[in-house]
Amino acid sequence: MLSLDKLQSTGKKATRDGFGAGLKAAGDKHDNVIMLTADLRGSMKSEDFINTYPDRFVQCGISEANMMGVAAGLATAGKIPMTTTFANFSTGRVYDQIRQSIAYSDKNVKICASHAGLTLGEDGATHQILEDIGMMRMLPGMTVINPCDYNQTKAAVQAIAEHHGPVYLRFGRPGWPIFIPEDQEFVIGKALHLHEGSDVSIFATGHLVWHAVEAARELEAEGISVDLINIHTIKPLDEAAVIASAKKTGAVVSCEEHNKYGGLGSAIAECLSTNQPTFQEFVATDDTFGESGTAAQLLDKYGLGVKDIVAAAKRAVAKK
Amino acid sequence: MADIKELERIASQVRRDIIRQVHLCQSGHPGGSLGNADLLTALYFEVMENDPSFNMEGKGEDIFLLSNGHISPVFYSVLAHRGYFPVKELATFRQINSRVQGHPTTHEGLPGIRIASGSLGQGPSVACGMAMAKRMDGDDKTVFVLTGDGEQQEGQIWEAALFAPHNKLENLVLIIDDNGQQIDGPTDDVLRLGSFEEKYKAFGWDIMHMDGNNMAETVKVLKEAQAKRNGKPTCIVMKTEMGKGVDYMEGTHKWHGKAPNDELAEKALAQLEETLGDFPAG
Repeated sequence: MLSLDKLQSTGKKATRDGFGAGLKAAGDKHDNVIMLTADLRGSMKSEDFINTYPDRFVQCGISEANMMGVAAGLATAGKIPMTTTFANFSTGRVYDQIRQSIAYSDKNVKICASHAGLTLGEDGATHQILEDIGMMRMLPGMTVINPCDYNQTKAAVQAIAEHHGPVYLRFGRPGWPIFIPEDQEFVIGKALHLHEGSDVSIFATGHLVWHAVEAARELEAEGISVDLINIHTIKPLDEAAVIASAKKTGAVVSCEEHNKYGGLGSAIAECLSTNQPTFQEFVATDDTFGESGTAAQLLDKYGLGVKDIVAAAKRAVAKK
Repeated sequence: MADIKELERIASQVRRDIIRQVHLCQSGHPGGSLGNADLLTALYFEVMENDPSFNMEGKGEDIFLLSNGHISPVFYSVLAHRGYFPVKELATFRQINSRVQGHPTTHEGLPGIRIASGSLGQGPSVACGMAMAKRMDGDDKTVFVLTGDGEQQEGQIWEAALFAPHNKLENLVLIIDDNGQQIDGPTDDVLRLGSFEEKYKAFGWDIMHMDGNNMAETVKVLKEAQAKRNGKPTCIVMKTEMGKGVDYMEGTHKWHGKAPNDELAEKALAQLEETLGDFPAG
């Protein structure tokens, strides 16, 4: 069982580095894993896979729609294609290709999306997608995963290679604390309980899990007991874990680097309103586009910092 | 040697099936379907090595993908008569609880369908992926994909048009149904397409031409394209007549997506010989 004292940063690496390491491991194990990219191989930290398996690397150029179709074709023939580009170009730009050629066609394609959210930073709002979880979650049959650190991303890539069906795997650009144990098992659809508590449930995904850990330490120091749960798989949601925690605490905070509409917070609210109506606070962007800045500045400005989670938890507890 | 007369007899039944499917549910796209009856008959009954017991991956088989999914009635009829699924299921076209959906889909498990299509422009990309997988697997069979001419207005088409020659997908054959019509009118009026030959040549494809309503020529050209391995993908610019075989539907866009009434259906069927037996009307 994990707990806050065990969740210490052992250094920083980007989740996209975890993708590259996981891809190489998945490629070693499955000779039908194919990597595709749309002119962003450098950003995907996958040189190890590409150099080891050059015949299983498909450069598509700046043609994301075609890349999704090629992936669907490869999957039809029994390959496990992993498409790679930024999250923006992996979703909104190619929504219809994913919808028809991949999701509706039941293709075993893994859409691996880097540079998601505000933490992409200086490139600004054109590239900072905050709607992708929502879009992908709405597609019938799509699995949606947003791992939180290098180790979890590496494990997630290996897990999706073993899973049959379309998957959206969302990760990011910046160096980020590594705090999930390297040997932590990754089970698609199973929430990871990070700390046991009784006053407030904090459900977090992606980069904000680290902020939630830091927030939980502050809250615990102030005498507020936190049930901290990492929802790495947003769809299918681990409803049993969400319901059980909400039932125990009676106050819920959701944390994500995504618009408050359509993402993790929405998924939890949909689940709880039917099964266990509970006060919920949303730590998410407030229906806005981002802007240029450093990752830290942006997370602070758009209300996704440690202090924002602490404040949200106190609001949730006060409503009980 | 292909028995051209026999293939033409099959195509006649396929045309009857198209009219009857669309008439029964009063919905669907007869024009392009009729125009492509000869092509699909030639592919499935003469040119392609294909196994009606159907497995999705299609290893060791030639593959056909329909990108312009709205001409589903011709696809369904040919698949059914080839033995992929019972002919009587054609009576359920576009009806509730059917595997024979308005546009082709894998979702309902209809044998013979490998990809959903209907939202246009996606088939050539999928075909590139299948052709590439065949090469990776040392499978020397051919992947055919059909698009409409109006469909060539989609941007994704030209992404695939760049991708295939760059990757030397010599086992890929793209067929463009050059009937000059789309739903809003002649392609020249809606959005002029110019010369497919010059465009695809410039992109690095081999170009072939055929009259897709001449069975002997269709079989011959398809077999040549299928056998060709010279480092380049092949684009066949195929002339067809929309509505071919039914006089009042020929050469006009007006029957692109419209079903005939009882009287006109009867008139159409009177022009098309029943050769393999009509499917029961359900």
